[in-house]
Amino acid sequence: MARFAVRRLMQMLFVMFAVSVLTFLIFNVIPNSDPAERMAGKQPTERQIAAIRTEWGFDEPLHVQYATTMKKVFTGDLVSYTTQLDVLEEIAKGVPRTLSLALGAAVLWMVVAVGFGLLGAMRAGGLADKVITVLALVGISLPVFWIGALMNYYLGFKAGIFDDGGYVELTKDPIGWAYHLILPWTALALLFIGIYSRILRSNLLDTMNEDFVRTARAKGLSERRVLVRHVLRNSLIPFVTLWGLDFGLVVGGGAILTETVFDLEGVGQFAADSIAQFDVPPVLAVVMFGAFFIVVLNAVVDILYAYLDPRIRLT
Amino acid sequence: MVEAEGLGPWRAALRRLRRNRMALAFGLLFMMLVASAFAAPVWEGAAGRGPLANNLDGKIMVEGKPQNVVSLQGVPIDPTWGKEYFLGADQNGRDSMVRLLYGARNSLLIGILAALITTLVAVAVGLVAGYFRGPVDGVIRTVLDVIWAFPVVLLGVALGTALALGGLKVGPIVIAGDSKLIPIFVIAVVYVPYLARPVRGQVLSLREKEFVEAARAQGAGPLRTMFSEILPNLSSTVVVFFPILVANAILLEAALSFLGAGVRAPEPSWGNMIDSGVERIVTAPHLAIAPGLMLVLTVLALNVFGDGVRDAFDPRAKLRMET
Repeated sequence: MARFAVRRLMQMLFVMFAVSVLTFLIFNVIPNSDPAERMAGKQPTERQIAAIRTEWGFDEPLHVQYATTMKKVFTGDLVSYTTQLDVLEEIAKGVPRTLSLALGAAVLWMVVAVGFGLLGAMRAGGLADKVITVLALVGISLPVFWIGALMNYYLGFKAGIFDDGGYVELTKDPIGWAYHLILPWTALALLFIGIYSRILRSNLLDTMNEDFVRTARAKGLSERRVLVRHVLRNSLIPFVTLWGLDFGLVVGGGAILTETVFDLEGVGQFAADSIAQFDVPPVLAVVMFGAFFIVVLNAVVDILYAYLDPRIRLT
Repeated sequence: MVEAEGLGPWRAALRRLRRNRMALAFGLLFMMLVASAFAAPVWEGAAGRGPLANNLDGKIMVEGKPQNVVSLQGVPIDPTWGKEYFLGADQNGRDSMVRLLYGARNSLLIGILAALITTLVAVAVGLVAGYFRGPVDGVIRTVLDVIWAFPVVLLGVALGTALALGGLKVGPIVIAGDSKLIPIFVIAVVYVPYLARPVRGQVLSLREKEFVEAARAQGAGPLRTMFSEILPNLSSTVVVFFPILVANAILLEAALSFLGAGVRAPEPSWGNMIDSGVERIVTAPHLAIAPGLMLVLTVLALNVFGDGVRDAFDPRAKLRMET
C-alpha cells in the first residue's frame, strides 16, 4: 500500500511538471510573434523593445526563461506582464470566490442528482423516469454561458428577484453571499445534475440485480431499508470519487465560463482575462493551480480507492 | 436479447436503433439542422443581404411603415418575421437570420471535422499504446494524462489564443491566425484522451483474445493484427462515441468563440453570436436567444440520438465528457 502511494505521488509530481512545461511552451513557442513587441505598445522604438526584452529576459534561452519563471512561482515573485500586479496575490483573491461557487454547486448537483437518480431507478421505465431522462439530456445540452446569461437577464434584471452578478463575502454577509450565488450555483450545477443522475440511475439498476440485494429482501427488510442501506450505499462509492474529481476540475478552472458570465472574478475569470491580453505569467500560474487541484484530487482518489479495494494496487 | 437468429451484430444493432422512435426523431432533427446550414445561401438570396453586410443607416418597411434597421440610439430592430430581418438585426444592421444560418455552417463544420480528427488520432494512438504496451504505452499514456490534467475549456482557450496570435508555421504549411483550422485543431487535440483512453483499455483486453493469438500464430505481423483483427472490434466503441463527441465539440467551439478564442468576428459562429448578444441582452435579447436556441437544439439532438445509438450498440459503454 505504501509503495503504491509513493509511486502514485511521484507520478503526480511528474504530471505537474509536464503541465507546467506544456503551458510554458504554449505561450512561448507557439505564438508567431515577439512578446517584447506586444508589450511595447503601439509604435515603439527599437530601443524600447530591446529594453523590454532584456528587462523581462526574453533574450535568454527557453530553458533559462522557464527556470526563472518557475522560481518566481515558488518564491511568490511572479508579476503580470500587463498590470504589473503580483499574480499569486490576485489568485489568492479569487480562490474564495471560486471555492464558494464550486462548493455550493457541488452540493446542489449531488443532492438533486441523488434524488433524480433514485426516483428514476425506482420507477424505471415509468413516466417519472422518462421525464427525468429528458431533463437530464436537456441539462447536459445547455451551454452554461448562455443559460447563465438568460437567467441573469430574466430573473435578475427583468424580474428583479436576484441581483445580477457580483459577489458578497461570506464572512461579511452570509445571506447576501448565498443570495448572490444562487444563480451561478444553479447554472453550473445543471450540467452535472444531468450527468450524475443518469450515472446514478444506471448504477442503482445494476446494483439492484446483485445477490446481496436479493438476500436483504429475503431477510425481510423493508423495501426502503433495502434501497437506502444496501443499494444506494453501494452505488454511491464510485459516485463519490467521481464527485471529488469533478470538484477538482471545477475549482481548477472548469468554472471559467460560469465565473465570466456572472462576473464573480474568481480564478477562472482571472485566467480568461489574462489570456485575452496574452499575459503569460498569470495564465501559467492559474493553469498550474488548476492542474494542481485536479492532479492532487486524482491521486488522492486513486490512493483511497486502492486502500478500499486492494485489487487495484496490482495494476 | 430476443433477436432473430443469423443476424450480424451490426444489423441487430441497427434494427434496435430503428425501433427507437425518439432517437430517430432527434437524428432527423439534426439532419434538418445540417440541411438548413447548407441552405444558407438560399435564405441569403431571399433576404437580399449577406452575413457580413452592414446596414447601419438603412430603413425597411414593416407593416407599411418605414423603420430604421438600427435606431439612432444604436438599438437594432426586433424580429420582423418577414423575408428581410426575419430574426431582426444586430448592432451593425446585419441580418440575424442570415448570420445564424452561416454561423450554423461554421459551428457544424468545426464540430464535425474536429470530432473526425479526434476519432482518427485517438483510435490510432489507443491502438498503438494498447497493442505494443511497455515503453510506447508509457509515453503515450503520460501525454494523454498531461492533456487530461487540464480543464478542457482552459486548455482550449490557451491553445486557441496562442495560435491565433501569429498563426501557425510548420515548415511549408502556413495557417493564418484567423483561420477556422485553428479551432478545429484545438478542439480535436483537447478531446483525444477522452476516446484514446477507453480505446486503449479495449485493445489491452482484445489482444489477449484467442482470435488475435490465432492470427499471430498464422504469422500475421503487428500491423496486420492491429488493423484486420483488433480494429474492426473497436468499431462499436467509435460508433457509440462519435455523436456525443460531435455534440461536445460543437459546445466547445461555442465556448471558445464566446471567450474570443474560436471563430473570429466578423465571421459568424453560434458562440461569437451569443457573446455579442449577451453584451446587448438588455436592449436586444433576441441577439443572444436565437443562436443559443440553435446551439441547444443541435447538441440536444445529437445527445438524444447518441443515447439511442449507445442503447442499440453497446448499452454498457461508459461515456463521459466535459465541457
